[in-house]
Amino acid sequence: MTGKGASGIAPASSELKHAGATRREGRRLIDQWWQELSAADAEARPVANVFVMGSIAEVLRAFDIPMSFPEIAALQTAIRGKSMDYLLAAEDQGYSPDICAYVKVDVGLHVTGREHPHGRLPKPSLVVSTNMCNTYIKWSEIWERMYGCPLFVLDIPGWRGTGFEYGVNGGSFRSDCAYVQGQLRELIVMCEQVTGRAFDVDRLREVMGEVNRMSEMYREILAENKNRPAPFNSLTEGVVHMGVANAYRGHPEGSRFMEAARDELRERVHAGIGPIPDERFRLLFVGPACYTNFRRFVEMFEEWGAVFVAAEYASYGGGGLDRGIHYDLARPIESLAEQILLSSQTSFSGIFHSHQWQTGVVRDWSVDGICFHGVKSCRTTSTGLPDAREWLMRNENIPGLFIQSDLVDARLWAEAQLKNRIDAFFESLQGRKASARR
Amino acid sequence: MSELADILERCTSAAEDPSFPAVREWLDAHPGGKVLGHFQVYFPEEIAHAAGMLPIKLMGGGTGVQIRRADAHIAAFVCSIVRSTLELALSGRIDFMSMFVTHPICDAARHSCGVWARNFAGDCQILYFPHNATSTHAAEYLTGEYRRIAGAIEAQTGRSIADEALRESIELFNESRRLLRDLYAIKRERPWLVTAVEAYTLTRAAGFMPREEHTTLLRRALALIEEREAKRQDRIRVVFEGGFCEQPPLDLLAVLQDVCYIVDDDLLIGLRWLTEDVPTSGDPLENLARSYLGTSSYSPVQRDPRKPKEHMLLRRIRESGAEAAIVASAKMCEPGLEEQVGYAQALDEAGIPHLIMEFEEKMVVFEQVRMEAETFAESLLFEFA
Ligand code: SF4
Ligand code: SF4
Repeated sequence: MTGKGASGIAPASSELKHAGATRREGRRLIDQWWQELSAADAEARPVANVFVMGSIAEVLRAFDIPMSFPEIAALQTAIRGKSMDYLLAAEDQGYSPDICAYVKVDVGLHVTGREHPHGRLPKPSLVVSTNMCNTYIKWSEIWERMYGCPLFVLDIPGWRGTGFEYGVNGGSFRSDCAYVQGQLRELIVMCEQVTGRAFDVDRLREVMGEVNRMSEMYREILAENKNRPAPFNSLTEGVVHMGVANAYRGHPEGSRFMEAARDELRERVHAGIGPIPDERFRLLFVGPACYTNFRRFVEMFEEWGAVFVAAEYASYGGGGLDRGIHYDLARPIESLAEQILLSSQTSFSGIFHSHQWQTGVVRDWSVDGICFHGVKSCRTTSTGLPDAREWLMRNENIPGLFIQSDLVDARLWAEAQLKNRIDAFFESLQGRKASARR
Repeated sequence: MSELADILERCTSAAEDPSFPAVREWLDAHPGGKVLGHFQVYFPEEIAHAAGMLPIKLMGGGTGVQIRRADAHIAAFVCSIVRSTLELALSGRIDFMSMFVTHPICDAARHSCGVWARNFAGDCQILYFPHNATSTHAAEYLTGEYRRIAGAIEAQTGRSIADEALRESIELFNESRRLLRDLYAIKRERPWLVTAVEAYTLTRAAGFMPREEHTTLLRRALALIEEREAKRQDRIRVVFEGGFCEQPPLDLLAVLQDVCYIVDDDLLIGLRWLTEDVPTSGDPLENLARSYLGTSSYSPVQRDPRKPKEHMLLRRIRESGAEAAIVASAKMCEPGLEEQVGYAQALDEAGIPHLIMEFEEKMVVFEQVRMEAETFAESLLFEFA
C-alpha cells in the first residue's frame, strides 16, 4: 500500500482535520483516568489492581470497579524522570537490584505515601492477576501482604510446546476453556463480595460489545502501518494507543478514541505523512520499551531514517486486542473464556514462542529488520530474545539487532554502547539494501 | 571403604557427574529405552515410569559445566540454572534424552521451552500446573493436563500406560518419598548423625538414577546412618530456605554444615513435594493431581492462598525446632529474590534470627559466606549461652 499523497509534498498540518487527535485525546483520557483513581481513593471506593496482559476488565467494569494498572503507573514515573526515587526506596526495603524494576517502583510508591506524579495512587481493595507473567503473581502477593486485600489469580494455560495446536480445534482447548470459565465465575463471586453488588450479565454484555468494537479499531490502527511511509511509530504513538486500550477497555470513550486515532492515521496515509520526513528503514520492535530515555532511544533509530512500523509490545501490552476479539454476546462467560485463551495464545504465549509470529509481521508489514530490546527487569519478554534473533537470521534471513537496557532503571542505560551497536546494525542493513539493488 | 561410603559415592557420581553415568548404565541395560528430562521444580515422574521411560531431573550444570553456547541464546540477566540446563542440551551431554518438560514456575523457565523447541530435536513440552490451586476446577484441569502429558509420553514409547502400571509406579514413588521423609526426620531429630552434604547427596541422586535402585540404596543408607555413633555437638539449628530450584554448590552446604545443623530445608523440594502417600485406588492420574494440590509442600513458584509462604516457613522452623533461618536465593531468580523480602519481614516480626544470602550454582569462592555464617552462628551461640 502506498499513501496517496506520497508525492513528496505533504499538505500543511492545518489542512488536516484530525491532526493531533491521538495526542490530545490520549492525554485527556489518561488524565481523566488518574482523576478517577485518585477520587476513588479519596472516597474509599474499591479499586482493583490489574495488569496489562489480561486485566479481565470485562468483569471488573461490569461491576464498575476502577482499575489501577501499576505497570502503567511505573512507566509514567520514568517518563517524568522520577522512577529512581521510588526504585531506590524499594531497594532500601530489601528488594534486590536484580528483580523487575516495575515491581520496585510500585513498592516505592506504596512505602512513600502513594504520591505519583499524575495523582494519588489508590490502595487496592482487590487484585486480579493472571499468570501471563509469573512476576504478576509475586507482585500481587506483595499487596496481599501489605493491605490484606483479596487476590484472584486467573490461571490461563498457554502454549504447551512442540506440536501444540493453537485455536479452538487444539486438543486441550475445551478443557482449558472449562477451567478458565470456572475461574471467571469464581472471580464474579469475589467481585460481588467486594462491591456488595449483584452481578448483571447484561452489563457484562455491554462491556464486551465495547471491547469487540475497540479490538476491531485497534487492529485497523496497527494495519495502517503497512502503508509506506508508515503513518506512526509503533513505539512512541503506539504507547498512547496501548495506554488507552488498557485504561478504557470496554468503555465507550476507549472505542471513540480508537476511532479518532484511526481516522487521524488514515488522513496521514492519504497525505503521505509519517513520523519522520524520510522513511528509509522499516523495523519491527520486539521487547518492551526503555522509558528512562524514551525519546533518545527512538532518536537513535530515527537518525538513520528508521521507523518502528510494528511492535510485539502492541500485542501483549495491548491486552491481546490485536488478535481480533469477537465476543459472542449470546453466551458471554463462555465466550469470554474462549477469547481470553485465544488472544493470550498470540500475546503472552507468543512472547516465548515468537519466531513464527515475527516472520509473519516481517512479511506483512514489509519490515527490513528486527530490533530485539531485552530489558533486565523483564524475563517474561526478554529471556529468549537472543535465540529468536539467531533463529530468524539463520532460517528466514531476517537481520536482527539485540540490545539491552531497562524499562525504568536508569542505571542500566549505556548510551554510547547502545549507539555503537545501533549504528553498526544500520550500516549492515544499508549494505544489504545496496547489494539487493545490484 | 564402608558400605555407607560406597552408597554415598555411588549417589555422588550419579548426581554430580555431568556425563550422567547412572543414566547411561540404564540405557545400556535397556537398549532403545527412552529418557525424559524435566526441569525444576516438580514433575509426576510416576507417569513416565509407568510407560517404561526413565525420568530424570534437570537442575542445571552446577560447577561441572561451563556455559559457553547457551549465552548466545539466553539473555545474561537470567539465572544460571536456565542457562546451564540449556548448555547441557547444546553441548550434547543429554543427547540420550528424547523429551524435555518444563513448567510455568517463573518467566525464565517458561520462556526456555521456546528456546528448547528451536534447538533441541526431541519433544519439548510445558506442563501447566495450576496457579489457581484453590479453584474448584483446578483438580479436574490438572488431571486433564496429566492425561495430555501421558499421551505425549505414550507417543514417545509407543506403549500405552495402563492404570495398573501407574498404580505400581505410584507405590514405588510413595515408598521413595517415605524414605526421604525418614531421612529428613533424622535431620530434624538427630542432625549429628548425617551431614547436610550427605543428606543432600542421598536425596539428589533420586533425580538421576532409576528410582528402584535409589530406593534400595536409600533404605540401606538409612539403616547404616541409624547405626552411627556420632555425638551431638554444640551447634545452632537452622532451616535453609531458597533451594527449591537452582541448587547451591555442595561446597556451600559444606561450609554451612561446619557451623550449624541444617535441620530442615527446601532443597530439591520437588522430590518431596507430595507430603503424604498418593492413594492407589481409583483413577491414578486424578490421585496424582489431587495430591499435588492437596497434600503438598510450598515454594515461591506456586500460588496457593492456603499456604502463604512466610507462614509455611515459620511452620517449618517451628516443626523442626530450629532457632534461626538462612534465607537464600539464587542470583537473578525473580521469585526467590521477591520471596526473600516477605520471608525476612515475617522472621523479623516473629523475632527469629536469620541470615540473608545469594548464591549461584557455579560459585567457587566461599570465604565471604563462611565468614558471614560463622559470625551469624557465633552471635547466636553467644546470645543463647
Ligand atoms: S516481568 Fe515484565 S511483564 Fe512481568 S511485571 Fe515485570 S515488566 Fe511486567
Ligand atoms: S532459579 Fe528462579 S528464576 Fe531460575 S528457573 Fe528457577 S525459579 Fe526460575
